[in-house]
Amino acid sequence: MSSLTVTDEQVSASPAKVIQPAWVRVMHWVNALAMVLMILSGWQIYNASPLFGFSFPREYTLGGWLGGGLLWHFAAMWLLMINGLAYLITGLATGRFRKKLLPITPSGVLHDVRAALTFKLGHADLTVYNYVQRLLYAGIIVVGVLIVLSGLGMWKPVQLHWLVMLFGDYPTARYIHFFCMAAICAFLVIHVLLALLVPKSLRAMIIGR
Amino acid sequence: MAKRSFLIPGVDKRLLIKDSIKTMPDVSRRRFIAGGASLGALTLLTGCDVIDSSSAEEMLKTVSKFNDAVQAWMFNPDALAPTFAESAITKPFPFNAYYDLDDAPEVDGADWKLEVHGLVDNKKSWTLPELYKLPQVTQITRHICVEGWSAIGSWTGTPMRDFLKLIGADTRAKYVWFQCADKDGYNSPLDMRTALHPQTQMTFKYAGEILPRAYGFPMKIRVPTKLGFKNPKYVVSMEVTNDYKGGYWEDQGYNSFSGS
Repeated sequence: MSSLTVTDEQVSASPAKVIQPAWVRVMHWVNALAMVLMILSGWQIYNASPLFGFSFPREYTLGGWLGGGLLWHFAAMWLLMINGLAYLITGLATGRFRKKLLPITPSGVLHDVRAALTFKLGHADLTVYNYVQRLLYAGIIVVGVLIVLSGLGMWKPVQLHWLVMLFGDYPTARYIHFFCMAAICAFLVIHVLLALLVPKSLRAMIIGR
Repeated sequence: MAKRSFLIPGVDKRLLIKDSIKTMPDVSRRRFIAGGASLGALTLLTGCDVIDSSSAEEMLKTVSKFNDAVQAWMFNPDALAPTFAESAITKPFPFNAYYDLDDAPEVDGADWKLEVHGLVDNKKSWTLPELYKLPQVTQITRHICVEGWSAIGSWTGTPMRDFLKLIGADTRAKYVWFQCADKDGYNSPLDMRTALHPQTQMTFKYAGEILPRAYGFPMKIRVPTKLGFKNPKYVVSMEVTNDYKGGYWEDQGYNSFSGS
């Protein structure tokens, strides 16, 4: 008998504990798709007028040219915004953000960062996030809000002038938009690596348990 | 036989395989996940073919039309583009086109006439001296390019809505369509509500000087509530119309409303 079967038996023997409810899973993967589309089309747009002394490799851009990149960016933005807004509302209304992400204490974060760097940070109970996870997940939500607000400001700098003013001016909003993208990419690399290192966390994000 | 030499005598092949699978479920599961991830990445990257297919293109066009409607809905005719002090002007203000400056149209101001077509009472053509006599205003606003860069400039000219009134244009029409002298015939439609916006201007001067060739001599349409490509230069004619006639960049896929 293969141990795959044994695992199944173990799972069915203990009462199924839902780690990621269905709404989290659906919104997580919709967001993953929207983010990838936004980043790859965003790189296409960046390349039309680079902010820094580099461009993104063409193979990693979406849309073929600036016009195509813009079409993708302004289509995927609806997916990102509607899904993101639904996620924020549900997360706040159900108390999941408060339960899962709070509190975040400096001492807790320091302790868990040290534990993580010495490979002593366990993932025995996937329902409880450690302080590093809490900080990263709460932080990436803030970055997500910032990237959408700076993006909306750049899209409508006259109609949504107050949004641009929030960031200073149009060129500053553009830099903030870029740095938020960089933060999301850094998060994405760590997030995917860790999910592969702890495959049961990935399983939980697919089947819930 | 060579084939048999790999097998252990007396051991059932199938049982051996089963046993060996037992020792590697975790690894194989990880492999499946890693494989899944790289397969996903592969589909995404090579998927350019899938993604750029005609059905995707149709979807994107539909969303872009939807975005036109959303932007028209968001457009507040009274919302003014921010204005700046003279000290904020970008120097030098960039020349930008789909050709080099050497290829920019060289319009003879003495010969040039602005032609007026479409739903207007008075279709007479306008010479430069006639246009220069109209009341002019100066505004310092930010020009935002579809590419992302922006620059602040000072433009002087006649508010478009005053001219439309003067020629008896039907302002219930949907568009004012501009035709330009650029090579390959640049043109661009402007929705009527934007044409009537107080800051939309028929521009004759840049930084207080007669519009230089680089910035669109003899006449540019300055629309601070639109992206740069909807600010046509070297304008030769305008048409008030209910028909969507497309535009140089709009036809290639830039969003048609492209409002700020």
